[in-house]
Amino acid sequence: MSKFLSRAFALVAACLVGTASAAESSFPLDRFPTAKLSDQAALQNGAKLFVNYCLNCHGASAMRYNRLRDIGLTDEQIKRHLMFTGDKVGEPMKVTLRAADAKEWFGALPPDLSLIARARSSHAGSGSDWLYTYLRAYYRDADRPSGWNNALFENVGMPHVLWELQGQRGLRIEDVHRHKDDKTGQATLVKTVINYGSDGRRTQADEKIIDGVPPAGKTYRFTPAEGGALTPMRYDSEMADLVAFITYVSDPTAATRTRLGVWVLLFLSVFTVFAWNLNRVFWKDIK
Amino acid sequence: MAQQKEIETSGLLGWIDQRFPLTSTWKAHLSEYYAPKNFNFWYFFGSLAMLVLVIQIVTGIFLVMHYKPDASLNDAGIPVAFASIEYIMRDVPWGWLVRYLHSTGASAFFVVVYLHMFRGLIYGSYRKPRELVWIFGCLIFLCLMAEAFFGYLLPWGQMSFWGAQVIVNLFAAIPFIGPELSVWIRGDYVVGDATLNRFFAFHVIAIPLVLLGLVAAHIVALHEVGSNNPDGVDIKAQKDATGKPVDGIPFHPYYTVHDILGVSVFLIAFSAIVFFAPEFGGYFLEYNNFIPADPLKTPPHIAPVWYFTPYYSVLRAVTDDFLLYWMTPFLIAFALLVLVTGRSGLIKLITVLAVGALVIGFLLIEAKFWGVVGMGAAVMILFALPWIDNSPVRSIRYRPGWHKWVYGAFVVVFVVLGYLGVKPPEPMLNLMAQIGTLLYFAFFMLMPWWSAMGSFKPVPHRVTFAAH
Repeated sequence: MSKFLSRAFALVAACLVGTASAAESSFPLDRFPTAKLSDQAALQNGAKLFVNYCLNCHGASAMRYNRLRDIGLTDEQIKRHLMFTGDKVGEPMKVTLRAADAKEWFGALPPDLSLIARARSSHAGSGSDWLYTYLRAYYRDADRPSGWNNALFENVGMPHVLWELQGQRGLRIEDVHRHKDDKTGQATLVKTVINYGSDGRRTQADEKIIDGVPPAGKTYRFTPAEGGALTPMRYDSEMADLVAFITYVSDPTAATRTRLGVWVLLFLSVFTVFAWNLNRVFWKDIK
Repeated sequence: MAQQKEIETSGLLGWIDQRFPLTSTWKAHLSEYYAPKNFNFWYFFGSLAMLVLVIQIVTGIFLVMHYKPDASLNDAGIPVAFASIEYIMRDVPWGWLVRYLHSTGASAFFVVVYLHMFRGLIYGSYRKPRELVWIFGCLIFLCLMAEAFFGYLLPWGQMSFWGAQVIVNLFAAIPFIGPELSVWIRGDYVVGDATLNRFFAFHVIAIPLVLLGLVAAHIVALHEVGSNNPDGVDIKAQKDATGKPVDGIPFHPYYTVHDILGVSVFLIAFSAIVFFAPEFGGYFLEYNNFIPADPLKTPPHIAPVWYFTPYYSVLRAVTDDFLLYWMTPFLIAFALLVLVTGRSGLIKLITVLAVGALVIGFLLIEAKFWGVVGMGAAVMILFALPWIDNSPVRSIRYRPGWHKWVYGAFVVVFVVLGYLGVKPPEPMLNLMAQIGTLLYFAFFMLMPWWSAMGSFKPVPHRVTFAAH
């Protein structure tokens, strides 16, 4: 029986190797401060950051500029502060970047951001959590073409376009894992430390652990940012504003929907009382 | 001058009744259709399925007005079909509501239909003389699955595309004709514009037409033989002086007011999802489907929507080892059981030939094909229920106590298979799915024996009913 089971496992495992995903990162998600979603000033600041930093390469082609009336802006304000080309206010947020150029420069087409906050949702956290973590997980990596890498989205094509705000950071990754010696066949715990300096230089060192601490997986520690225009706290707050805006863009009717939903449920609750009584009155006669 | 029809109505209604069976149809199906008075909670789901069908058709009509089945890219590089869904969500007045009603309605349809089928299962509603009611119902379930599958491609997101790719590729596992068949189904070598357009045609016209016809047949067949009830008692056996069943009450108004209450409670749950959690945690609208279809980028984990996952688990559970070490012994034991206990020589012969053919087939044809067969068989086996249930009583109320545990175990197996279907494959989970698959089939294939075992309770002459 156990031989058969191990065979069954081996077969299934063999099938799995082909489909195993490399996309999942072990970097933990931070929680996006959801209060920002109902903060109009934050959403407007997010819109400003979005058109200045994101919209050069990423489009939001399902989103029309004049829809931003939702977050308290007038057509005049939208035209003056958020539209840099001669587009009409009813136009969608498109980019002029040519797809072929983008592919050459970044290795991949920057995705349209209309729905990115919904697409990045997972059972690990909301799409907003993912974006909030992603925008705050850049570090210098001299081995990457752009000089930047991301702890959440490893080897991402996008450089750290907000680096002037955040500054430059290094990263220390500690990875405790089991290592099996090829000759002796003995398993030992090994701690691999990968260090990226703030200049992006990578150093790696392995050290054996004698006492049996179980594998903890990877832990990440960023070095303090250098030369940024904002303090770390301000940077986090600005990123939360930006993510609030991107989240709004991915589902602009969400606020209307939940507001209306309350009334619908109230109506149905009252209707249920009437339906209950109607049913009761009719069924009184059935013995 | 033709002879005038004998009618009881006058005025406009009388004029119509002379020419069309309006009053008589109303009476036959509503005001004088006598339904047992002891319907319980489980009897809400038939009318709720009807409600959801109407929701799907009405919202579907409005979606078709704005949706574009076009896989080509627009000038922003987004597929036109995908962009037209977002156009509905953002630019069409109330489009977001219509779309969420439709997407939530798809899942709600399966919720109420699964509960409706479970009701039939526990109260023996498929037993003679309701075999055709059950068969029409199974055909409706098949149509519903086809409808959901075709509809899921239309948003043209990553899950739409790759889900369709996986399922159509299954046909390629059929020996000899498979590869050509899958190309013929897609109309292309990969899922593409041709596939999208034909799936659209199937989703909005072909399947709904068949579905509506089957729903009509389901109800006509039901009203011909009368509704079953939680006691499984035949109410037509006890009639009063006027020939009405003593335990029957007119469907209208008694069950119409009853169902209005059911509808109202259902709509509270339905609206709560539509307005507050339309994605339902990624189970009703999968997160990956907010990414436009990309034929060059396979998602790491492709899972069907929740309502297909029990069957998807069966598909994945079938491996060479499963066929060899689990299914073959099970089928041989089954054949021996038929040989020892069976009464009809013909059935014995057919069973031995079928099991022999299957076992030889397991050796000759790849497991992927048998996975497809297993998935299909898991649905088709439902058709056999009226003939494999040998219990002397219909309702679970009068069956031996341990039968409840058998049904309970079946529900657990179905739910666990559903849960495993959304998970990425892992050896341990796959083993569970294999056990679940075997138990699923054992429940049905051994039903002729276990359903007749144990001591049954006496069935009363009248239904059990406590006045409200």
